[in-house]
Amino acid sequence: MSNTNYTLPADNDGRPLLKFLADQLKPKAKILTPFNIISIPIITIGIVLVVIRFVNGIGAVSNVSQEVPWGLWKGFNVVTGVAFAGGAYVITFMVYILNIQKYKSIVRVTVLNGFLAYVFYAGALLLDLGKPWNVINPIIGNSFGVSSVLFLVAWHFLLYMIAQLLEFSPAIAEWIGAKKARGILSGMTIAAVIFGITLSTLHQSGLGALFLMAKEKIHPLWYSEFIPILFFVSSIFAGLSMVISEGSISQKVFFNQINPENRKAHKGILHGLSKICAFTMLVYFFLQIVAFVHGKHWGLLNTRMGHWYLTEMLGFVLLPMALFFYSYRKQNTFLVKISALITMIGVIINRLNVTIIGFRWDAASHYVPSWMEIVVALMILFVEIWIFRWVVRRLPVLRESPSWVMEH
Amino acid sequence: MGINRRNFFRALGITGVSLGAGKKLGANPGKKDDKEFSAILYDATRCVGCQSCEFACALANGLPEPDGEDYPVPGTIRKTNENRRTVINAYETSQGEVYAKSQCMHCNQPACVAACLTKAMQKTEEGPVIWWDRKCMGCRYCMISCPFDVPKFEYHSPNPDIVKCNMCFDRVKDGELPACVTDCPAEALTFGTRRELIAEARRRIHEDPDIYYDGIYGEHEAGGTGYLYLSPVPFEELGLNTKIQKKSYPELTKGFLFSVPSVFILWPAMLLGIYNATKNNAKTEEDHE
Ligand code: SF4
Ligand code: SF4
Repeated sequence: MSNTNYTLPADNDGRPLLKFLADQLKPKAKILTPFNIISIPIITIGIVLVVIRFVNGIGAVSNVSQEVPWGLWKGFNVVTGVAFAGGAYVITFMVYILNIQKYKSIVRVTVLNGFLAYVFYAGALLLDLGKPWNVINPIIGNSFGVSSVLFLVAWHFLLYMIAQLLEFSPAIAEWIGAKKARGILSGMTIAAVIFGITLSTLHQSGLGALFLMAKEKIHPLWYSEFIPILFFVSSIFAGLSMVISEGSISQKVFFNQINPENRKAHKGILHGLSKICAFTMLVYFFLQIVAFVHGKHWGLLNTRMGHWYLTEMLGFVLLPMALFFYSYRKQNTFLVKISALITMIGVIINRLNVTIIGFRWDAASHYVPSWMEIVVALMILFVEIWIFRWVVRRLPVLRESPSWVMEH
Repeated sequence: MGINRRNFFRALGITGVSLGAGKKLGANPGKKDDKEFSAILYDATRCVGCQSCEFACALANGLPEPDGEDYPVPGTIRKTNENRRTVINAYETSQGEVYAKSQCMHCNQPACVAACLTKAMQKTEEGPVIWWDRKCMGCRYCMISCPFDVPKFEYHSPNPDIVKCNMCFDRVKDGELPACVTDCPAEALTFGTRRELIAEARRRIHEDPDIYYDGIYGEHEAGGTGYLYLSPVPFEELGLNTKIQKKSYPELTKGFLFSVPSVFILWPAMLLGIYNATKNNAKTEEDHE
């Protein structure tokens, strides 16, 4: 995915908007990159599968069953994906609320990432709905199922997407050169950030709370009344690990978008983030221990699921936490990235354990996703990355805002 | 806290909606005893496993009738699915072969209803828990939440329905008996108000303590259900889930739902406070710790 050099559309005053937009739609980089070669066929097959799904029903492509009604699309794309999108609220919290300028250069890219993640996970949710055309019911208000956690989560999803769009909107205004609009929109940033953080707290934990009623269905090592808190706390380091990984890739792929100063600052950012990750993981690990002791499940540890639980806790929480601490002390950027990677795998494992692997673990037949489900899940991810790339190449996300912004 | 909550409601729009939830959940337990829910008592000591209820149910709901091969045999568990809302299973027990019916339990405080974000699942005043296709969006959260694994989904339909027993709500509303109750030749099924039926069940146990296992499944399970079971053997021998908690399931999410409004008040206030406190150190470069 190497970039060709091109001049930035930093200032496009006077150009007609439509012409400008049409111009921007053209590809800006090489087409035949390894990522494209993998993603294009998967996206194509995925689209075909989506059509089949709508014609013949969910069962035609997915292995979800009467016992396990939520599969990969919910467990991976929605529940796990949202945890990874948690970086946006953490970073906006640090930059706008705590006023730590150090992280300012990564705010936009993180918010963009978060926003796209939500849009696409909302898409995954729609795919998984039996009657997606009724999705408006809980929104237009003719059927408020107010005692439902899912109702809350759905609303907060929607509102949070709007908040994120607002947070990101100055970048759009800069892109199309709308000076006045930019002023107004950036004036709303703080409000959007505060609203967004509040919503995030609630729906990150809400995603965990969704499973509270499935008390006997989830393996006791993963079910506790602490699920909401555990989901919330883990979304902090899940999101930041994502920021670390995404940032490291962006540094390479979008090399010429980033000014040298920010490139140098990136190291400092990584170390700052690794420290925060390490501390939140410590808290998380402690909470997990509390949940475990509270549940009195000692006897379960020496079972197959128990070993799996220990693998998760030791190999994918304790180990990356120690690595984060260590890499922070040694100021070793490479180790930071490794820890972030292990953490991310750990978060995926954790979310899948609650939603899929530990769900109905005692049932006679287990749910295993079909290849078609996996292709669709990847398709959603890939399309998201395509759009992300498209936006980063055009809007002032990683690169500096156009010169007129400063003059204001 | 009631008055505060009402104010929150006004101030906060969507948050208020979840507040409403709190009130509703909170109000339910108090009411549950004076409401006269219709219910069905199933007496496994009387059931002869003839499947008349299955046929009646299929006919009443336009579903395929069980074919000749499809009858209760000990050792195989037949499950309800999108084509059958009730099934009879046979169990080899300490008292010989015993049959047990399964279908929606019509909980007093149903998990499926609390789960449903479109109010497609409803606990009617009459007692039956019913599903409305026009509202449902097919999210299957009701299936995740129901402790008895009752709602089933038409996975192979482009316009899939949730399928479950609705206690023949249309008939019950008009004062008629549910189809299965009408057709049971062994009088294993009795329809009535929940209170009457619990009294009746107690009477049967009292009169024939040798025949009955001492207990009514559904009296306390999941906060009480509209289907009540009498059995000659302990309930787990009949495949009934005895791990079900006694508290109602919606209770489990109450804490979370109640905390939402406070977060909505406290967080923004706190964030704004920190924002104002840090606003002027724009130049600080050090880490936040
Ligand atoms: S048994 Fe399940 S589907 Fe039936 S009322 Fe209770 S929670 Fe709802
Ligand atoms: S599948 Fe339908 S009935 Fe069940 S919770 Fe979702 S919207 Fe409600």
